[in-house]
Amino acid sequence: MNLATSDVPVMPRGVRLHEDKVRNRWVLLAPERAISLDPVGHAILLEIDGSQSFGGIVSTLAGKYNAPEDQIAADVAEFINGLMDRCILKVLA
Amino acid sequence: MNTPAPIAMLAELTHRCPLACPYCSNPVALTQKAQELPTEVWVSAFQQAAELGVLQLHLSGGEPLARHDLSDLIAAARDAGLYTNLITSAIGLTEKRLKTLEDAGLDHIQLSLQGTDTEMADYIGGYKGGFARKMQAAAWVRAAGIPLTLNTVLHRKNLHQLPRAIEMALEMEARRIEVAIVQFHGWALDNRAALMPTKEQADEATRLVIKARGIYKGRLVLDYVPADYHTGVPKRCMGGWGMVGLNIAPDGQVLPCHAAQTIPGLTFQRIDDTPLRDIWYNGPAFNAYRGDNWMQEPCKSCEFKKRDFGGCRCQAMAIAGDAAATDPTCQKSPLNVQLQNLTNHTQNEDEIELTYRKM
Repeated sequence: MNLATSDVPVMPRGVRLHEDKVRNRWVLLAPERAISLDPVGHAILLEIDGSQSFGGIVSTLAGKYNAPEDQIAADVAEFINGLMDRCILKVLA
Repeated sequence: MNTPAPIAMLAELTHRCPLACPYCSNPVALTQKAQELPTEVWVSAFQQAAELGVLQLHLSGGEPLARHDLSDLIAAARDAGLYTNLITSAIGLTEKRLKTLEDAGLDHIQLSLQGTDTEMADYIGGYKGGFARKMQAAAWVRAAGIPLTLNTVLHRKNLHQLPRAIEMALEMEARRIEVAIVQFHGWALDNRAALMPTKEQADEATRLVIKARGIYKGRLVLDYVPADYHTGVPKRCMGGWGMVGLNIAPDGQVLPCHAAQTIPGLTFQRIDDTPLRDIWYNGPAFNAYRGDNWMQEPCKSCEFKKRDFGGCRCQAMAIAGDAAATDPTCQKSPLNVQLQNLTNHTQNEDEIELTYRKM
């Protein structure tokens, strides 16, 4: 799947971020899945608020981390596509 | 060895169930209602589990809807921070009851499917009218928008229905389907000859799952439990004994897996008299098969021992008579040839009556 700049990624019902205090990390909880997040994954998911588009998320993160947009875009697309393949994220067109 | 914190807990709230599936994973000796744990002990168990590191809670049975305090238990589990899965036949569910479970914070429902039509589903479940009630329940779940998994158990009598089961999952807007070929423990072991898939069926199931994963990527997740008698490769049972998950039985016994009570000589502790943390890290049953010190040959020197942990301890017990033996489904087991011979289907096996689960 290719993300368009205007696509709005969303966390569908039944998927949520959870602070795993026992293991000192953030996890994404979904049906029969608990996915450990590294700081990059966590930062991306924090921007998925149901209103920001893929392009908007990339700009926000590029500003926040002072990094080139094209590099951020590739990382974010790979991360979101991977979770979409597993039905853990969806997009609103 | 460093023991990791557990990730998942199966809470078997009750053994009561309106269905009588001949492959039920509950023990052959079932716990009666009077022995079931009260609400407050379960609530404490959920809090302790979350503090110990459990993230996913599976509320199962028996039929968990038989517990009148189910919505209170869901609410308590959510308060503790757990992800709540309800594993149900949906028999006994009403639209109103579903709403109370949803309001309590239920995250996800897993609906069991014994067959893809009335005739098959009601025959396997041993409950007339069950299929129609399930389909009604699936429609309510879909309308409510609650994430749904369709749980199928497949065997020689219904494996031809796998393509339709996948279609039904899509029609129900399920996000996930479990395609589990029957595993022969407890009740299923009693029905082994009647339920054993043929080699052709086992191969076809694998082919269909791989194909459907490609077609429905991003739309439907297919989790697959292959037939383990047919391949010579044992399952990675429980992700390792005492490594990933634990199970609390209806009477409060804390088990490393749901079939652990079939292993004689293990000592189980109870959630109402010992802290869960002590049971997980120090309990004799949990430490019995952790790591690989317990292994014998051919497991001990096997290159795959960290991949499959020697397979399933309960299956080794049931077939080899020794829970520390190599799982006989492994081609390195001296019993494997005998086991693979059981997959040669004979006509007279179709005449064998099912033994249904009963209290």
